[in-house]
Amino acid sequence: MITIKDLHKSYIMGQNSLHVLKGIEFTINDGELVSIMGSSGSGKSTLLNILGLLDSYDEGTFHLNGLTMENLSESKAAYYRNKYFGFVFQSFNLISFKNAQENIALPLYYQGVSRKKRNQIALEYLTKVGLRDWAHHLPSEMSGGQKQRVAIARALVTDPSVILADEPTGALDSQTSLEVMELLTQINNEGKTVIIVTHEQEVSALTNRIIRLRDGLILEDGPTEKVLANV
Amino acid sequence: MFDIDRWKEIIHTLKSNKMRTLLTAFGVFWGIFMLIVMLGVGNGLHNGIYKNMGDFATNSAFMWTQNTTKPFAGFNKGRRWNFRNGDVDALRNNVVGLERLAPRVQGTGGSGANNAVYGKNTGSFSIYGDYPDWNFIDPVDIVSGRFINDMDIINYRKIAVIGKRVKELLFEKDEDPMDKFIRINGVYFKVVGVFESKKGAGQAENEEQNIHLPFTTVQRVYNYGDIIFFFALTADPKVSVATVAEETMKILRKRHKIHPEDDRAMGYFNVEKEFKKVAGLFMGINLLIWIVGIGTLLAGAIGVSNIMLVVVRERTNELGIRRAIGASPINIIAQIIWESVVLTVSAGWAGLVAGVGIIQIIYLATFDAQQSIIYRPIINFNIALIALTVLVISGIIAGLIPAYRAVKMKPIDALRSE
Repeated sequence: MITIKDLHKSYIMGQNSLHVLKGIEFTINDGELVSIMGSSGSGKSTLLNILGLLDSYDEGTFHLNGLTMENLSESKAAYYRNKYFGFVFQSFNLISFKNAQENIALPLYYQGVSRKKRNQIALEYLTKVGLRDWAHHLPSEMSGGQKQRVAIARALVTDPSVILADEPTGALDSQTSLEVMELLTQINNEGKTVIIVTHEQEVSALTNRIIRLRDGLILEDGPTEKVLANV
Repeated sequence: MFDIDRWKEIIHTLKSNKMRTLLTAFGVFWGIFMLIVMLGVGNGLHNGIYKNMGDFATNSAFMWTQNTTKPFAGFNKGRRWNFRNGDVDALRNNVVGLERLAPRVQGTGGSGANNAVYGKNTGSFSIYGDYPDWNFIDPVDIVSGRFINDMDIINYRKIAVIGKRVKELLFEKDEDPMDKFIRINGVYFKVVGVFESKKGAGQAENEEQNIHLPFTTVQRVYNYGDIIFFFALTADPKVSVATVAEETMKILRKRHKIHPEDDRAMGYFNVEKEFKKVAGLFMGINLLIWIVGIGTLLAGAIGVSNIMLVVVRERTNELGIRRAIGASPINIIAQIIWESVVLTVSAGWAGLVAGVGIIQIIYLATFDAQQSIIYRPIINFNIALIALTVLVISGIIAGLIPAYRAVKMKPIDALRSE
């Protein structure tokens, strides 16, 4: 369960300070499928990065399963990221010189899982996303949709409780986007919390709850049908 | 730690820009190579110089008489005087720390005029009357027979120990000189030993033209009475030669009624002192080698550090991905330091092997060298170990700054960089 209260975040650039998040509050329960919507500059990506402990926040509280995430050391943050979160990025962020299987196995490497075991687990997840035959292909040899599925498999491989996806369909055509969304929905159905940041209405329409941001504040937060009805 | 994936990654990084890796590696290679070669050549120089000295006792001193320069006890200055046989026992009994004492007298001839004859052959050689102890102070290699012994001294035996060159000049090529009689200044001596010099070429040639006779026999044959030409002595290892020599000269002055402050009445040469000067010189050379060598190595290590900084910058995004999926700062630091250490150590190892190889070649080339200033250079195994340790440490240090730079950045900033 994720609970944030009165969350503020500013970026300081030289003399200027850019106030990106101006007091965000929400709770996301286990097993939810949530999309965070907003136009560019609304602070949605920043919010996701803070949720994923990739970035720090200035004010407010952030609790993950009842544990405070305040002033984490980088080692502690890395530990929580590895344990609780799986990331899916718009630009896939696969490591270019590692094949699909090695990319998926990498989070397990940092957990200290033996090579044999982690390759076996990686293959299981590769099968799950339907790319078993592509295990030994490099990312450069795969299509965008395939790369994103490898990225999703990598996010799942540590069996995290939360999947954080930042514009997962941003670099894909509509057909492939649909397939990726189906995969994410399926993962949600298996019990994982899925949080998707997007600016595409078609994507958010496939989630169960929408949090709409504008200029660093929550504009709307509710079930999908209700929020979309207001757009 | 020894996960195969880690090694695959390290090899991948090093291979991804081969030319750059090679040039960087060359810096370290050259550093270690130069250090090893210089140390080896320094060692060879050391061996070459010391070989020239043979096995000369480094804790030795020599003294001889000169005319007095101060009047004392009723004697005028300018008096000529000699060491006497009685001095030997007086010194042996009274000088603390005296290890060996070898008095010597010299026969005539040896500077042009032929003084030794065997059959039809004649030659001009240096003739010395020696005690057995002489061979412990300025030793020679006895190749057949023996050196002078105590019975020769006690019984005034007419025996001779001759140098290799003496044998070559007096005897036919295949003739065995042992137990043959050679005539020296008209007196027949039986050859009981042949020796070779242990010294370098030039000095060896001189030394092998010497003939050693028993001290007492020479005194009697040449009518020297109880005169001693000079003393060679060695000090106990625990006592300095200077102390023993001072003590010896003090007793000699007293016995011969020399003014206690008449320094010029006796000639004196302290081998230890000269030896220490040479040892000091080599210490200086060694120090210089280490400074230059470590400096070169440092330049190589800085090169590695520099390249690792570039590598870290190039891979910022990749390191960001790794951190997003759970790599802790320690993981990242370890990865970069590993790469740096592997690069440094493998390049350094190659330099070490190449350097040792060159030194080995010089070793073999100078193995039988007679007149070479560099002689049988050797690299001490400890030095190789030290060099390797220095490499590992410099690899770690070279990786530290880049590694620190890699984790200083927030993961999200690393991820965003392209």
